[in-house]
Amino acid sequence: MNEETKFILKKLVFYAFIFTVVAWIVIPIIISTLYGFALPKDYYDPKKILPTSFTIKYVKTLLITLGALDGIKNSIIVALITIAISFALGIPAGYAVAKFIFPGKDTIKLSIVALRMFPIPVMAIPLVILYIRLHLIDTLLGVALAHTAMSLPFVVLITSSIFAGVSKELEEAAMVFGLTRLGSFFKITLPLALPGLAAAAMFTFVMSWNEVFVASILTLAHRTLPAQILSIMAGASGGAAPDYYKFAAAFIMILPAITFIFFARKYLVTMWGITLK
Amino acid sequence: MVEVRLENLKKYFGNGKVKAVDGIDLTIKDGEFLVLLGPSGCGKTTTLRMIAGLESPTGGKIWFGDKDVTYFSPKDRNISMVFQSYAVWPHMTVYDNIAFPLKIKKHPRDEIDKKVKWAAGMLQIGNLLDRYPAQLSGGQRQRVAVARAIVVEPAVLLMDEPLSNLDAKLRVAMRAEIKKLQTKLKVTTIYVTHDQVEAMTMGDRIAVMNKGKLLQVGPPTEVYLKPNSIFVGTFIGAPEMNLLEVSIKEKENGLVLEGTGLEITLPEEFRELLERYINKSVIFGIRPEHMTIEGVSTLEHVKRAREIEGTVDFIEALGTDTIVHARVGEGNLIKIKLPGHIPLEIGSKVKIVVDLDNIHIFDKTTENAVI
Amino acid sequence: MKVKSSYIPYFLILPAFAYLLFFVGYPLVQALYTAFTQNGHFSLATVRKTFTDPYFWDALKYTISLAGVIVPTQVALAIILALGVNRVFKGKDFTIYALTIPLTISDVAAGLIWYSMLSPSGFLNKLLLNIGLINNPIYFFGYQYRHMEFLAIVLAELWRATSIVFVIILAGLQMISHEYLEAAEVFGADYWTRLRKIVIPLLKPSIQSALIIRTLFAMQIFGIVWILAGRDIPILAGEGFYRLTELKEYDVASIYALVIAGLSIILGALYIKFMKAEYLEVRG
Repeated sequence: MNEETKFILKKLVFYAFIFTVVAWIVIPIIISTLYGFALPKDYYDPKKILPTSFTIKYVKTLLITLGALDGIKNSIIVALITIAISFALGIPAGYAVAKFIFPGKDTIKLSIVALRMFPIPVMAIPLVILYIRLHLIDTLLGVALAHTAMSLPFVVLITSSIFAGVSKELEEAAMVFGLTRLGSFFKITLPLALPGLAAAAMFTFVMSWNEVFVASILTLAHRTLPAQILSIMAGASGGAAPDYYKFAAAFIMILPAITFIFFARKYLVTMWGITLK
Repeated sequence: MVEVRLENLKKYFGNGKVKAVDGIDLTIKDGEFLVLLGPSGCGKTTTLRMIAGLESPTGGKIWFGDKDVTYFSPKDRNISMVFQSYAVWPHMTVYDNIAFPLKIKKHPRDEIDKKVKWAAGMLQIGNLLDRYPAQLSGGQRQRVAVARAIVVEPAVLLMDEPLSNLDAKLRVAMRAEIKKLQTKLKVTTIYVTHDQVEAMTMGDRIAVMNKGKLLQVGPPTEVYLKPNSIFVGTFIGAPEMNLLEVSIKEKENGLVLEGTGLEITLPEEFRELLERYINKSVIFGIRPEHMTIEGVSTLEHVKRAREIEGTVDFIEALGTDTIVHARVGEGNLIKIKLPGHIPLEIGSKVKIVVDLDNIHIFDKTTENAVI
Repeated sequence: MKVKSSYIPYFLILPAFAYLLFFVGYPLVQALYTAFTQNGHFSLATVRKTFTDPYFWDALKYTISLAGVIVPTQVALAIILALGVNRVFKGKDFTIYALTIPLTISDVAAGLIWYSMLSPSGFLNKLLLNIGLINNPIYFFGYQYRHMEFLAIVLAELWRATSIVFVIILAGLQMISHEYLEAAEVFGADYWTRLRKIVIPLLKPSIQSALIIRTLFAMQIFGIVWILAGRDIPILAGEGFYRLTELKEYDVASIYALVIAGLSIILGALYIKFMKAEYLEVRG
């Protein structure tokens, strides 16, 4: 075998590998989406690998009759409150970690990294007792507060890395030319950090949007979308929902997240890189 | 030890759009220290990487002795390399770093030990062998990189701007040390740099590159004294060679360089070379150190001189030297480098003495040297 | 108001830090109190009640064995994927994007998606039936097929959460200077030697954090199991959830919470102890 055929063969194997990898990720998403819109007769027909006739009936039933629309609304509210609180608390902390040198900084940073991995069930289960006392149980604010605790360490780490990326000299230049530290933060650092912060907000949104354990435990009537889907699909009824509802549910759940991520994809890998180091 | 020969070596990127290396012919003699000199982006590093086997050429051949190694992988070439960032592996101790090339080649353990200690001794890092790179200073890491490169006793040693990350003082010290080491080991060495001082002080020969082409190859003094083009002339030497546009005129006392505010009569021996430029424009080049000012300093070794008149415009006092900026005629500014501290008043008229044996005349269109 | 400037960073950090401390500290204290008291007195009754319940031991067993199968596979897969993708080729951006899609998909959705692949009328069964590789559908779900349920969970979890490991490893890989590898190449190391002697050791910190993160999250595995297997395959978080929401046993649920916390702390500490990359620690 000469060098050239070897080279071509290598390339072929490589692209086969890449194709397999992409197919492994993408096919299940496509299949479940197709099934979400398939007629049951197609789905239960053993001869039909892929459905040929489609309906939006089940997505519609799920959204309206089964209340997924309310779930979506609740999820969005929870996510927005989560973003608001975790940014209000997280941006100053992230800025401090990025721009100041002070005793105990490493310890604080490390503990934030450690807190990021605090198990959510541990937090949620005892929280029920407190929430009952404070009348926060079954409220969206209650869920958002818990989600904030989950996302806050990420927000601190991401924002600190974004701020660290804004050169100190730019800010110092602004201060030399007459702005206060606070002024130069709002006029220089924040605008430069804005795209990163927007991506961080999407990241927080997706985290809250996807969280199911806390939401399921802390709410009953006012459920977020995943909690609601979980209770329909696998709740006390024990997975009684027909299969095609499950696929419709999957579609409703993944659509916003995937769309979001498509827009933030440039930042996403970096962001996970930052938060997971 | 081996002779390295490059034959019409080419490397194009982006389907031939970028000609990083555009046909280079060069022979590096056995045991020679050759410096590849040029500005960044001139193709010198790409050339080195092709010799290393890290980059495969678009065309041409690379010979090590009488072996065609053009498409050999690096491991089959018996080469060593010192990288710009040193590339000292952070997860290995100094000892393991230096031993790595030997371990790969499966040398016996006691031989590895002996050689590592020898190489570390050569670079005076014998006491650092069990440290990790993170614990070393930049200069020490550099020594590790060099020790690792010489430990295998390679046929060809390649160095890619190895001193550019060191501070100025350390750079001077390492410069001498690497040169001494190479002289001792007699290994064929190709050294890439953009620093003309490094090139002048270290190389047995210098190869000047620009825009993917090889412009001039020769011993440092030759390249310095007899640059074959405007580029080579100005790239080597600091302050830069003065360049003035003049024309050549035939006068009663022979050929004359005539520019605004200056007239230099040329010796008769230049006539043959300059015949076809009579009544045409050429570029006249003269290095600042090849001139002096009458009455303040002399060029004792100067055999033949001519004088031009100028006005002092500005003075840079460097302590060891003085650089006089003088205005000659309308708008022509030339720099003259004089040894020591020369007190001259700005605005004073001076007579500038030009060393006729060190003048350069370049063709205006080809930019090649005529004299 | 004049604030001494050295206090500024603490003022900026305090709110976030206090918030986190409360949401971590309070539940821990509350869980300990609920688990170990009865009518205001110290009591081990709840502990006894939990530990004598076979479901608890099953949950512990399944949680650990799921993690034991899933996490190492994910790390190995992610290393292969990252090494494959970390080069210049056509479609690189798209491939990386595709590989990161699951990052955004919740465990519940991932469970549902894989149900569409593996259900008796799902894609995989219909595909294999039509090709003729099988005559009857493979059953992945139902109490009598618990092993297959286990497999389904593993598949879905590999699909969903390998992305995180992939991203960590890829980020680590991209931080390795090219010259480290070129140096090894020049000194005679072939691809496998470079991989073994340079790449993997330099990836150690990334592999370590990937392992920690994935293991800790594996201790909390919930949605995907709950969707695909319900209580057929009991897991710690799921049992805690069940005890709390269905039986209103706050005390037992608290024990489950504490067990998850304890496991996380022990595993985290073990990893840090055994996987130290010494060359990073000795910075002088």
